[in-house]
Amino acid sequence: MPLLTLSGLVAGHGDPVIGPVSLRVMAGEVVGLWGPNGCGKSTLLNAIIDRAVIFAGQIERAPRLRLAYQEQWSVRLPIMPVTGGELLRLMGACDQALPDALRCLLRRRIDRLSGGQYQLLRVWAALSGGADLILLDEPTNNLDPERESLLLQMLAKVPAQRSRRLLDVGSGRAVLLVSHERRFLDAACSRVIEIG
Amino acid sequence: MSVPDLLLDPLFRLPLMTGTVIALVLPLIGALLMLRDEWLAALGLAHLAAASALVGLAVGLPAVLGGMLGALAAGVVKSLSRASGNLAYGFMILLGWSALVLIAANTTLGAALGHALIDGQLYFSGALELTAALLLGALTALTLIRIMPHLMRARFFPTYEQANRLPARRWHLTFDLLVALGLAIATATVGLMGAFSLVLVPAWIAFHIASSWTWTLVISALVGILSMMLAYLAALAWDQPFGPILVGVLLSTAAMVVLARQLRMRFAGGPRRRLD
Repeated sequence: MPLLTLSGLVAGHGDPVIGPVSLRVMAGEVVGLWGPNGCGKSTLLNAIIDRAVIFAGQIERAPRLRLAYQEQWSVRLPIMPVTGGELLRLMGACDQALPDALRCLLRRRIDRLSGGQYQLLRVWAALSGGADLILLDEPTNNLDPERESLLLQMLAKVPAQRSRRLLDVGSGRAVLLVSHERRFLDAACSRVIEIG
Repeated sequence: MSVPDLLLDPLFRLPLMTGTVIALVLPLIGALLMLRDEWLAALGLAHLAAASALVGLAVGLPAVLGGMLGALAAGVVKSLSRASGNLAYGFMILLGWSALVLIAANTTLGAALGHALIDGQLYFSGALELTAALLLGALTALTLIRIMPHLMRARFFPTYEQANRLPARRWHLTFDLLVALGLAIATATVGLMGAFSLVLVPAWIAFHIASSWTWTLVISALVGILSMMLAYLAALAWDQPFGPILVGVLLSTAAMVVLARQLRMRFAGGPRRRLD
């Protein structure tokens, strides 16, 4: 049973932006959505989380599916006395398997992190927060090549992790990620779907 | 009278206890309002609470009760209409100020109470105000433990509730009502600007110097309580209205923090760079 099924989905905001799109995301997969800027990749993710208008088709989620969604542009306030560790705990994220490059950020205020550090911390919060399906919108934003490879390592661990709730639909969790960087998608995903 | 006498005199014991509870609770609420970028809520709700206290007085209700009803109604309207951010509170300020001044100008009792609300005469607090403050303290403790993680998650991961179809609205409504209740009770005891300053300044100081969210809450509460104590003694010793003295103490504390930070940066060789 798939975690997520899109059937002939046409979505947008005022007007249709993308579709029809049909796809299935199975447990254990890392699925990439690739397309040029403006083709509606982010709108598709927004439709999945009920933040866009569905003009045709349908979206089916597995029962009790828990989602995490990492937006393209993160909330970042100029003065924010919250540490990296506190940020992770908000999402119930586990910090035991945290990469060393991020572990040193646990005690630092997030308003004193670089854009790349903050981005990776948020992606980790989404990946390790107990969600069954993780939606990542342009997760390579703000990342230099070194951090991009760290992100690849983080994503590689996801298919092997077991869902905490959905034992009836498969043994693993899944990631649906959107990027305009084809090279990154090829390296990170078990399959890539071209849209637009 | 010596300082211990002022603190322990039965005449001043109730106001001191009331002020301490208010000075503990409001900075905690202020930290969350600052996190949500809704700190102007304090001033908007304080104005409405003051105006509704006067309206309540006209129909025979105690000021603290009238203020609570008006502020709670404003909190419900704000939450149900999904008005968020400082804009909604800006309109509340204008409405509350207009009503407050008109009622105070046209009734004798209203004029006296309106003056007291502006002055923030904590020393007139009695058993009713202390009971209301203790109720507020208990409610705040019970509520914040439960909803603070949800409110913070909604701030940093704003799509989480929507993506998982969770009923986030009740947490926001609960917080809006807590803010309204807190501001109403505080306005009736420490005055309009006293209440606003207890929400704004301790949280502002903590946001600049705390190393974590936990310390933000601790520092906010400490600054609130210590400033209230100092203002309480100073206002008594110099026979001044409490509200303006409290605001003065808080502003002086904020100025000292700014100065200390600038001195530290100068001696440390400039502001710390963000390390990538």
